[in-house]
Amino acid sequence: MLADKDRIFTNIYGFHDTSLAGARKRGLWDDTKRLIDKGHDWIINEVKASGLRGRGGAGFPTGLKWSFMPKNDPRPSYLVVNGDESEPGSCKDREILRHDPHHLVEGCLLASFAMRAHTCFVYIRGEFIREREALERAVKEAYDARLIGKNNIHGWDFDLVVHHGAGAYICGEETALLESLEGKKGQPRLKPPFPANTGLYGSPTTVNNVESIAVVPTILRRGSAWFSGIGRPNNTGTKLFQISGHVNKPCVVEEAMSIPLRELLEKHAGGVRGGWDNLLAVIPGGSSMPCIAAGDCQELLMDFDSMSALKSGLGTAAVIVMDKSTDIIKAFARIAYFYKHESCGQCTPCREGVAWIWRLMERMSKGEAEKSEIDLLFNVTKQVEGHTICAFGEGAVWPIQGFLRNFRTVIEERIDHRIAAEAREAAE
Amino acid sequence: MPKTLIIDGQTIEVDDGITLLQACEQAGVEIPRFCYHERLSIAGNCRMCLVEVVGMPKPQASCALGVNDLPPNRDGTPKVISTRSPMVKKAREGVMEFLLINHPLDCPICDQGGECDLQDQSMAYGGGGTRYSEAKRAVEEKHLGPLIKTAMNRCIHCTRCVRFMTEVAGVEELGAIGRGEDMEITTYLEKGLHSEMSANVADLCPVGALTHRPWAHNARPWEMRKTESIDVMDAIGSAIRVDVRGREVLRILPRVNDAVNEEWISDKSRHVVDGLRTQRLDRPYVRVDGRLRPATWDEAFGAIAARVASAAPGRIGAIAGDLAGAEEMFALKDLLGRLGVTSLDCRQDGSRVDPAAGRAGYLFNSTIEGIDQADAILLVGTNPRLEAAVLNARIRRRWRQGGLVVGAIGARADINYGVEWIGDRPSALADVVSGKHVFAKVLAAAKRPLVIVGSGALARADGASVLGLAAQLASQLAEGKDGYNPLSILQAAASRVGGLDLGFVPGKGGRDLAGMLGGDMDVVFLLGADEIDMKRLGAAFIVYQGTHGDAGAHRADVILPGAAYTEKSATYVNTEGRVQMTQKAAFPPGEAKEDWAIIRALSAKLGHALPYDTVGALRAAMYVAAPHLARIDATPATGAADLAGIARLAGSVLDAPFAPVIGDFYMTNPIARASAVMAELSALKAGRSRAQAAE
Repeated sequence: MLADKDRIFTNIYGFHDTSLAGARKRGLWDDTKRLIDKGHDWIINEVKASGLRGRGGAGFPTGLKWSFMPKNDPRPSYLVVNGDESEPGSCKDREILRHDPHHLVEGCLLASFAMRAHTCFVYIRGEFIREREALERAVKEAYDARLIGKNNIHGWDFDLVVHHGAGAYICGEETALLESLEGKKGQPRLKPPFPANTGLYGSPTTVNNVESIAVVPTILRRGSAWFSGIGRPNNTGTKLFQISGHVNKPCVVEEAMSIPLRELLEKHAGGVRGGWDNLLAVIPGGSSMPCIAAGDCQELLMDFDSMSALKSGLGTAAVIVMDKSTDIIKAFARIAYFYKHESCGQCTPCREGVAWIWRLMERMSKGEAEKSEIDLLFNVTKQVEGHTICAFGEGAVWPIQGFLRNFRTVIEERIDHRIAAEAREAAE
Repeated sequence: MPKTLIIDGQTIEVDDGITLLQACEQAGVEIPRFCYHERLSIAGNCRMCLVEVVGMPKPQASCALGVNDLPPNRDGTPKVISTRSPMVKKAREGVMEFLLINHPLDCPICDQGGECDLQDQSMAYGGGGTRYSEAKRAVEEKHLGPLIKTAMNRCIHCTRCVRFMTEVAGVEELGAIGRGEDMEITTYLEKGLHSEMSANVADLCPVGALTHRPWAHNARPWEMRKTESIDVMDAIGSAIRVDVRGREVLRILPRVNDAVNEEWISDKSRHVVDGLRTQRLDRPYVRVDGRLRPATWDEAFGAIAARVASAAPGRIGAIAGDLAGAEEMFALKDLLGRLGVTSLDCRQDGSRVDPAAGRAGYLFNSTIEGIDQADAILLVGTNPRLEAAVLNARIRRRWRQGGLVVGAIGARADINYGVEWIGDRPSALADVVSGKHVFAKVLAAAKRPLVIVGSGALARADGASVLGLAAQLASQLAEGKDGYNPLSILQAAASRVGGLDLGFVPGKGGRDLAGMLGGDMDVVFLLGADEIDMKRLGAAFIVYQGTHGDAGAHRADVILPGAAYTEKSATYVNTEGRVQMTQKAAFPPGEAKEDWAIIRALSAKLGHALPYDTVGALRAAMYVAAPHLARIDATPATGAADLAGIARLAGSVLDAPFAPVIGDFYMTNPIARASAVMAELSALKAGRSRAQAAE
């Protein structure tokens, strides 16, 4: 269990003062100039050495991503922070924005400095009204205290712009986010070119998750060795876990990476409703990650590598717990509906395929399908996966594929049940 | 640096910077596609062009992947691309199935049938059946104006139409609303499309979602005979294809000519088709006792011969209209010359250009393709959007690329790119010439400046002076540019350059247009000339040779029915001096004849038989008189040296603003005025619905 002294987000529950003064008491903005004076490359190397992997879902090494930014480019560089947290189950960025926004503001300055960017945009999800207000308050405080802005006390001109989205899941995809930020319809761009080459307004851009940026000040202050000492190799540091669903006390909690799932649930979330043996499955990283059946959960470690070994992913570490009372087909039909509703409609496989999948899932949830259609469903998911412009296609079909891998028999039983009921009715 | 790739086992070197799809085409490998179009931006959304790049885990959209993003493998061997692997086959079948699940199976009643990309590609790359048993999506039809018929159930969301309207037509009226499977292509508030290029979207549509409303359910593509020809609705000479069934022209489609129209044509060029069928002059008429009576050719010729015999050559004249081919103008000039007549004019707009000053004085010397290199353009008394819609689209494309500044002198107009308005009258041009206006600096700094002078700026009393001023400016700008000639006259009439090339202008002692409109002529030949004030012809005996019952025919004493541009092979010289020929796609209606043949027959009646009995012999004689007309598709090389003589024309100018050349874009010639489609568009543009117009 993570010791209190190793927590980065010490006000994640908002029990303390969220203002700049409060943040300073908790150690933020403490001689930031000293960190900046160590230079661009020092920061990037520290972040690389810390083993920090992107907290937005894909888990790409953050320091490595930063090093892709061109160093001598006539165009301006931009840092864009992705606060479009829309993944069902995810609710960590929200807490950072609400209660610990100065982590993010200071992180933006340090990360922008590392990438030689003078402007940073924070894109906030449309539904996050209070969160935007909290962040704007913090940004204003930082401007007023000359921590950021032109001619600030750190000697690196830096502007931070908070942009409020309009509430579309797809705008959390980094290139759709850039389109939206530019004032266009939020639709993913073709890659290559990648944002580090041609991003916001055609300039080099790095897009990072809120949490990835918010942990940077503490990593730099306490050293990369401290951060990389937590968790397992390649899965280091602390992480905000979000536990929802059939647990006794749903919560957001900062824990060490690689904590066993069972320990996470029982220590922080009051355990699975009805006891550990009542567990049916978990979705470990937000709704776009394949589910893991209870049988695999016993020894499961909550980190990137152990999840991918089970053909799932850590994602945003949003654990959705489902106990045995769950109608698992209906649950995944609902997830399919979400993706059908949020597909941007730009490219064919996603636009047509995801809607087809949802319709099949709806019928299966009622047993009104043929068993052969289970293979059809799997086949359709395979026709979407890997054929789309962005990763939405994968995010939409992975939960279905995981569901089919683990719960195929449940669908078959329901179909049998329906056929039997019809036969009975016909006989009567 | 060329890139080496191995495509389907074939090693090929391709140019830097092209896309993988283009590279595959160079290797002779066909890549299916829906959203990709050479002349539009890359969307990459249909996913039909997926190919396998060995070493990459996912299939790649070849339309969007540049070969520059395919560096050699680590061991130095070129990247291997497969378009026939199981991965690609599966990807294509998958995309095809997805496209078809919500596409109605209404091919038998769909106008796109037979020329449908979806049909063709599903035959070639589809899986053969469907596994989709859910209900299909239904989408409401959209109102896109009188030219575009929609069947939005068929839409596959390729967004070609959206990209065309935004990028080429410059009217951001089409867009996609909604998300996911609910995404729909529509216009804002469904107010129709307000562009003179809008019908091109139906050509671009790879399925039957957007089809041409005026031709709806008329014919199947395989029933029509296709003839490659040239458009005469403006002076650009767009390449067209005329589709005919039986005797009737059913539709006109653009052809590719990169030097002229790329592959777009204006709505007028395309939908003037129904005007070729209505109001046609299909037999000769002679006015007897104040009324036009049907007559035989002999009677008509006899009436002309009788009147000409009693008229002095000095009081006989001829005016050539906007659609006249070079052949008939040459024959008419030849015939009248034999009669001693010198009052000829092919400038029925009253333009003051004079062929005596050299061709550079009436040609678009910088060439249409030259616009692609332009970095500064000055528009003088012209609205290219109406006078040459396709050329305007080229300016707009160049402007979108950045690095082009456009200034304009003339009546303010709705031009669809950024324009700096300098003034509205010739004095503003004089200010630019003298360097008084700051735009002079912009032009002087440009590597490829263009001075585009509209025909309207020259059709004024001070037209020659305006031309002279423009030529002065052009000579200033031409300095140190290796003979490059920036003076670009944008003619508005298809016949104009040909007429000027043939010298269809007053000879020694002859009267010009204004002189012939003085009201004291005895005989005036109108060769399709309808845009003049007929009242000013006075009591003259009018011979009208043309195609439509328009202004000229109403005034005529003898009507000789001629052939429209789709019914004859005739030479037209476009505004840049490019010589092109129309081809005969259909026969003239009734007793109407090809125009040169009418003049040849008349010449015999007048006792001065022209020495050619075939169009070939006529052309041979014409090529002697104007040798460059023999060089089909060539543009003349005029240089800066040709400007000096024209610059000397500069004199005093009037203090009157330049007037627009084209009042009603859809009503500029007799064919367009006979077209119901053009009438509807014209009424729409004027803000009246058809119903209101009828009231």
